[in-house]
Amino acid sequence: MGKKEDNIKKATNLMNKLEYIRNIGIAAHIDHGKTTLSDNLLAGCGMMSEDLAGKQLVLDFDEQEQARGITINAASASMVHNFEQKEYLINLLDTPGHVDFGGDVTRAMRAVDGCIVVVCAVEGAMPQTETVVRQALREKVKPILFINKVDRLINELRVTPEEMQKRFVKTIAKFNELVNKVVPDEFKGKWNVKVEDGSVAFGSAYYNWAISAPYMQKSGLSFKDIYDYCAKNDQKSLAKKSPIHEVLLDMVIDHLPSPKVAQKYRIPHIWRGDPESALGKSMVETNENGPLALMVTKIIMDPHAGEVAVGRMYSGKIVRGQEVYVSGMPKSNRVQQVNVMVGPDRIPVEHVSAGNIVAATGIKDAMAGSTVTGNPEDEPFERIVHVSEPVVTVAVEAKNMKDLPKLIDVLRIVSKADPSIQVTINQETGENLMSGMGELHLEITEYRIRNEHGVDIVCSKPIVVYRESVAKKSPHKFEGKSPNKHNRFYIEVEPLPENIIDAIYTNKIPQNVKKFKNEAVKVLQELGMEKEQAKGVFGIYGLNMIADVTKGIQYLFETRELIKEAFEEVMKSGPTANERCQGLFVKLVDAKLHEDAIHRGPAQVIPAVRNAIYGAITISDPVILEPIQKVFISTPQDLMGDASRELNQRRAEVRDMTTEKDMVNIDAVAPVAEMFGFASAIRSATGGRVLWNTENMGFQTLPKQLQREIVSKIRERKGLKPEPYPAEYYMG
Amino acid sequence: MKNGTLTFVGLGLYDEKDISLKGLEAVRNCDKVFAEFYTAKLSGTDFRKLETIFNKKILILSREDVEKGDKIIKCATTESVALLVAGDPMMATTHIDLRLRAIDKGIDTLLIHGSSIITAVAGLLGLQIYKFGRTTSLAFPEKNYFPTSPYDVIKENKTNGLHTLILLDIKQDKELYMNANMAIRLLLEIENIRNENIITKETIICVVGRAGSLKPVVASDTIEELKKRDFGPPLHSLVIPGQLHFLEIEALEKLAGLPSDIGKKLQKL
Repeated sequence: MGKKEDNIKKATNLMNKLEYIRNIGIAAHIDHGKTTLSDNLLAGCGMMSEDLAGKQLVLDFDEQEQARGITINAASASMVHNFEQKEYLINLLDTPGHVDFGGDVTRAMRAVDGCIVVVCAVEGAMPQTETVVRQALREKVKPILFINKVDRLINELRVTPEEMQKRFVKTIAKFNELVNKVVPDEFKGKWNVKVEDGSVAFGSAYYNWAISAPYMQKSGLSFKDIYDYCAKNDQKSLAKKSPIHEVLLDMVIDHLPSPKVAQKYRIPHIWRGDPESALGKSMVETNENGPLALMVTKIIMDPHAGEVAVGRMYSGKIVRGQEVYVSGMPKSNRVQQVNVMVGPDRIPVEHVSAGNIVAATGIKDAMAGSTVTGNPEDEPFERIVHVSEPVVTVAVEAKNMKDLPKLIDVLRIVSKADPSIQVTINQETGENLMSGMGELHLEITEYRIRNEHGVDIVCSKPIVVYRESVAKKSPHKFEGKSPNKHNRFYIEVEPLPENIIDAIYTNKIPQNVKKFKNEAVKVLQELGMEKEQAKGVFGIYGLNMIADVTKGIQYLFETRELIKEAFEEVMKSGPTANERCQGLFVKLVDAKLHEDAIHRGPAQVIPAVRNAIYGAITISDPVILEPIQKVFISTPQDLMGDASRELNQRRAEVRDMTTEKDMVNIDAVAPVAEMFGFASAIRSATGGRVLWNTENMGFQTLPKQLQREIVSKIRERKGLKPEPYPAEYYMG
Repeated sequence: MKNGTLTFVGLGLYDEKDISLKGLEAVRNCDKVFAEFYTAKLSGTDFRKLETIFNKKILILSREDVEKGDKIIKCATTESVALLVAGDPMMATTHIDLRLRAIDKGIDTLLIHGSSIITAVAGLLGLQIYKFGRTTSLAFPEKNYFPTSPYDVIKENKTNGLHTLILLDIKQDKELYMNANMAIRLLLEIENIRNENIITKETIICVVGRAGSLKPVVASDTIEELKKRDFGPPLHSLVIPGQLHFLEIEALEKLAGLPSDIGKKLQKL
């Protein structure tokens, strides 16, 4: 039996010994060496040939990822490691490093309990290091630190041993500072990393070695030895004496929690159901004999097996042939194959139990982020908080008309596999829109559609996605009439306070306010909302909220779901430019209803409320919001002028500028729309000597002087007349 | 320019022969004839038969046309216009609204009544009109809309010892007419939600079908007995009786086939 086969056997045997399981992720700033590390861990455990490790990039099994040298898809792999004479099963989920793929990272975090954060010894903690640490802590995932590329410190930068130590201390301090900023209260001070206890390791993923304090004791190696080996250019010996997989997997087992430990505190955080229910109890206990709960983190398209759902088992067992429900879907799906993942290989097994990572086929309704259970009534997991939302859109057309039906199918599949891609299919106009996190994200998706799905497409130039909001409270209530004129609804809108928008965004306010009424009222009051108003809140859509502040209107409760439907319709497409609304607080202040139920059905109530909300927005200084992004630039002193010039042309606002030796770091904010083409512009302006990256940071009101122009541009693009309708239009 | 008029003409309950002579005269003498059949319909005829009788073309109005009203009002400002409506015209709120708006435009309006389901049901069952409480109606359930308020009306009437007339939804555009069986099923469903023991298998219910025809269906029994019975083509209406007068019990037995053992029990209460 080969080592790989042997490992597979061991892995399946360990599956139900929970204290011997770790579910981990590896996260890093781009190019800090995450994928190389993943490969070497796998190779060390005999999952791939050692010579290929670091070169083959098993987890980058997407052909395109290898070509670009960055990781796009989070895949998973299981490995077996011996620690203190006991065998452990480590399920590794690879996570993408580029912020454009933020959606994948957050989903992978949901499935793991601990995370190795890789930081480059030369660059130190970078902006995305902060992002991944925040993502981990938000999901109550415990981070540990690996300082990579130590060899470059010695061989390229030629630092002295003292300087090297100083740099380590600085990186560790910065890391702990990031952790302390966002760590959940219960872990304050407990989740800091320390050299002494072995929660920090140093090494070179590329040369396959690492070292930690406990491993120094075990191996007798000292910092000085390491320095000398590197300086002598003999890292091969180092890899023999102190192999990276030994050191890091020891660290993982010692410092990251088992599912049994982690689910106790993570479940109440990521699941809002009744903790006393059978499912709640079973998840907290990681009970393999309890009801099924699986959180899908990724859909992989396999040319033979079709859609493969990869995810974390939180409770129960998933068995071949089992009937399961995807939350929100009416019919059950039959599980076809149940597998564990080893790099690109799926190894079929009879079942996978709570605490493990599974790859299953047959769960047709699942998409990344879905909850899978055995009972359609079970409460799903909390919506995953995405660090960023789609802000860039292209129109996609099939090059050959005959491919159109296929293209529509492909677009649907693409957005199922990557929910951070949003697809809008318009059957009437035949215009299909695809939105993503950024230019690169869309380019990659276009590539996939052409090469993996074999549909030749033409894409428009990218445009940004806007949002609609209001600048002030409605000066008076706005009346909307039903078509039969027997029902009237009165609406006021106002900007939703920032702290409430934030609370919706981070799930502090439950999305399902109807079901979790008391909790929602409590949170809203804590955030400063009056009790009566908080009690009236009955719907949240996007970052908008609707409340009923009327008193004692007979029959109104019967129309509530219809009012909500109209509210959602308007929030999806506002009156100013048919863009989505954001940050609106819609209040129903009065209503007059017909006595008879047939006269106040959907055909009457929905248009009446819709007009009332449209009108109320129209009289409250409607504004357009545009997506903005952080821009970090690191430039040599002599090119500062060129870099600043590029920024100045793009309505960018420089927030901070720091000098480090002969480099200047610029921290700026710029509208996404202005940043199109920045990559090539700055490259040609500075001869490629400037390092930069961006990160989406939500929406901001468009400058007043641009509002009119942008509105008519969007409207014309959508085939609407250039001016929005006046308020009278909605009076009916 | 001559002043226009708008005459609302009730067509009565069932077929082309239910219109009053006065109504017929008004239709024959007017310039234009409109009709709408979405608030109610004549199940025993169609508008072509009406056209033959009137010897005039009838313009059918959709729900939107009536709700907006501009088409008919524009006509009526200069011409004499008749609007044909099944039943008695002002039983629908929309027609009251339309009449008021016509008055605002300086149009003379006139009302010619027809027989109405409101009195016909009571009459066919032999129930006394004084003893009816608020009327209610059952709507076809739709996405996000399943009104349960009829239950409150029935409950309130029952508490006061009054009968409840229940009108059943029609969807003219889809040719859907709620029948008594579906209505009973809906009532039981609402009971399931509300759980206040107002509608049970033993509850006595009355069904009237095709009122105004020469062979109307008139039935009264427990829900258990009637929920499966076939009452034939539409339209159907229901009554849930409250406290019954002895004469009403006798009428239900003789006119609606209420089983005599139930009748006897009721007489003793």
